[in-house]
Amino acid sequence: MKFKSRNFDQASNVLEITGLTVRLTGNDKADPVLDAVSLKIRQGETVCLVGESGSGKSVTSLSIMGLLPKGVLAATGGHIELEGRNLLELNAQAMRDMRARKISMIFQEPMTALNPVLRVGEQIGEVLDTHTKLPAREKKARVLDIMNQVHLPDVERIYRSYPHQLSGGQRQRIMIAMALILEPQLLIADEPTTALDVTTQKQILSLIAELQEKHGTAVLFITHDMGVVAEIADTVHVMKLGRIVEHAPVETLLRAPKQDYTRQLLQSVPSLSPRAPRAMPEGQTVLAVEGLQKVYGAHGVFSRREPTRAANDVRFSIPRGRTLGIVGESGSGKSTVARCIMRLIDPTEGEIRVAGKEIATLTRRQLRPYRRHIQIVFQDPFRSLNPRWTIGRSLIEGPLNIGEDKQAALARAADLLTLVGLPDDAVHRYPHQFSGGQRQRVAIARAIAMEPDVLVADEAVSALDVSVQAQVLDLLDELQQKLGIAILFITHDLRVAAQICDEVLVMQHGHVVEHGTAAEVLSNPQHAYTRALIEAAPGRSWDFANFKELQGA
Amino acid sequence: MLGYILRRILAVIPVMAIVAVFVFLLLRLTPGDPAAIIAGDAATPAQLERIRTSLGLSDPLHVQFFTWAKLLFQGDLGTSLISSTPVTQMIGQRIWPTINIALMTIVLSVLLAVPMGVLAAWRHRTWVDYVVMGFSVLGFSIPVFVIGYLFILAFSIELRWLPVQGYVAPSQDFGKFLARAILPCLTLATIYVALIARMTRASMLEVLGEDYIRTARAKGVKETVVLFHHALRNAAVPIMTIIGTGFALLIGGVVVTESVFNIPGIGRLTVDAILARDYPVIQGMILLTSAIYVFINLLVDLSYTFFDPRIRY
Repeated sequence: MKFKSRNFDQASNVLEITGLTVRLTGNDKADPVLDAVSLKIRQGETVCLVGESGSGKSVTSLSIMGLLPKGVLAATGGHIELEGRNLLELNAQAMRDMRARKISMIFQEPMTALNPVLRVGEQIGEVLDTHTKLPAREKKARVLDIMNQVHLPDVERIYRSYPHQLSGGQRQRIMIAMALILEPQLLIADEPTTALDVTTQKQILSLIAELQEKHGTAVLFITHDMGVVAEIADTVHVMKLGRIVEHAPVETLLRAPKQDYTRQLLQSVPSLSPRAPRAMPEGQTVLAVEGLQKVYGAHGVFSRREPTRAANDVRFSIPRGRTLGIVGESGSGKSTVARCIMRLIDPTEGEIRVAGKEIATLTRRQLRPYRRHIQIVFQDPFRSLNPRWTIGRSLIEGPLNIGEDKQAALARAADLLTLVGLPDDAVHRYPHQFSGGQRQRVAIARAIAMEPDVLVADEAVSALDVSVQAQVLDLLDELQQKLGIAILFITHDLRVAAQICDEVLVMQHGHVVEHGTAAEVLSNPQHAYTRALIEAAPGRSWDFANFKELQGA
Repeated sequence: MLGYILRRILAVIPVMAIVAVFVFLLLRLTPGDPAAIIAGDAATPAQLERIRTSLGLSDPLHVQFFTWAKLLFQGDLGTSLISSTPVTQMIGQRIWPTINIALMTIVLSVLLAVPMGVLAAWRHRTWVDYVVMGFSVLGFSIPVFVIGYLFILAFSIELRWLPVQGYVAPSQDFGKFLARAILPCLTLATIYVALIARMTRASMLEVLGEDYIRTARAKGVKETVVLFHHALRNAAVPIMTIIGTGFALLIGGVVVTESVFNIPGIGRLTVDAILARDYPVIQGMILLTSAIYVFINLLVDLSYTFFDPRIRY
């Protein structure tokens, strides 16, 4: 692993935050959201701010931009100094004047961060409209120039495009172009690659590095991904509950973290070295998929589009007690496969055998008795539980549907909650009373309440913080040992796949490009795409949990 | 885009055909003898017979329908039973006051309501918001005729600024038209201002929470630009829907206002026709109002694609 090791002692300060305190408006008794945060960023430096959700990373960045939500949060103390002026004391007009000229910001989700009804060229041009008085032709030339600098193809066409006509990577390039067109001293990047695929992430990270080099921009990079930190940071600040608990140059922090919290955070990062496949169990095959195909848009009177093959000749089988991972980037067809198997959508062709029964062609009614054999846990625990239902009601809905007695189902629901590590009185509570990790435990309990043979986990840990992710992965492992469930684990994250899967299947454009044990696929990839995926995984040669280089890398 | 507009216009045909069938059946399916209903209680058998022949009531139903539909295609909606004038001519004379009033009302409502709604959303949970919402509740709750008479009392009788009632065509004398139309329009506008302001506020509140609003602010864009350029266009679809429905309702729903302000529009024409059981006129009015509804819906649908480039049908 090669870390950045430039020395910034001579570089001048771009931004200096001292003792920044942010509180909930009108509530001086509650703990502050930011508690005396201090950090400085020097010219050309990349400072990473890491921490779990709720640690105050984004609040810090919004404070710098003067964009704290009015009436909700307010800075009550400290300084944010840029070019000798305290940003906290600027009036609205003066603060607006700083934005995009001195400090710019790019956001996590490039789809929602761009205005969907305005052409992207116009959105970049608006920065110039706001801060300069360039004539129209010069303005357009400037916009096209910055679009070229962020390596967008066919800039004239993209200039006239709307955000939805671009890919995720292109949208983020547009955001970067917008942020850097006036060459600000400071770029704040708030999880700018979290919503992107690994290969796109790699490109965006190197683009930011390239432009930073070229313009000498200081970067405040907010992320929860330690891999990204290892790749790009000069200095790292670790945040927890509104405080900066530790800061150090990147290599020092990753090799010799001082604080317990930092160690704990690093130890939760799943390792890229795959688990050894467990012995092939005696048990029978519980899920077998053969020649599965899903084609979208094949018919339709008015459709002129080519049909899309979202899944093509997918085949695999899972025996009891084993875990098969399907990995791939967005659009690879992994979720299509999961939904076909659940029969949430109908496969175009192929066989799906669950518990020995072919279910691919059953009608909805015929399917009902087989639903219990295969259950799913979705990605976002905030949206997959009905917010108006108690946990108990969500848990017993399935069992009641297959004719279980209500009292028995409720009693079992309480047991299940204990099993997934929640208090059994949670049956009477509502989803909003739980954290994301707890909700995902509820979702798992809901799935296993049906005593399924197969559990489909569709990006089930992707929305969780690393430490919570580690706990949920442990829980799945434990449940598998206790109950002997087979797990089909859909993920884009190779680290997670390496942790939990016995076998891995790599998908690209609807095709299975590689299939083997996790050890084979991840340590000795055969297909070029698999290799590209692994190479794009940030910080892949660092063993975070053990604070050293990965053995054999 | 062109294909979509064409398809959308073609889709109007079956809708209007179904409406036509219903309108046709309206008279024929009324319980009892239509001729007797039309002629009234004191009619002689000879009079009844005359009415039957004149309406072609003795023919089989489908023959009657095709005769009627053929005339309809030629723009002939029949003749009023009371005044013996062609229905198209009656409607032609009465429609312009209604359309003028409705247009002016909706323009007035939009000009007042949209900024009110935007302002309320921008200053969410402040006194501005509460005042706008308070007005909105009032606008909903006071009946149209009460507002109408209150306006007359205040502006015409007490202050003597405006004439009490009547109507002058804008082509004749625009000043006099305005002087007479302003009170009815304000009266009618009250409820639509309330409705549109509410919808604008709700839609804007949702949009103002979006990430791209934060992006716009991060660019240093002025608040007015954020509100009217970035947010309002994204919030436009539900607002347009309400405006469209509002306008369509206005055409059909101005009866009370036309009575209060003595405006010779189609609202009063309809009421008179219903009271006199003038079936051809009633049929014509139903056809006309349905056509207006369908047409406005078409315009609203087309406006969606203008506001939101992602909408492609």
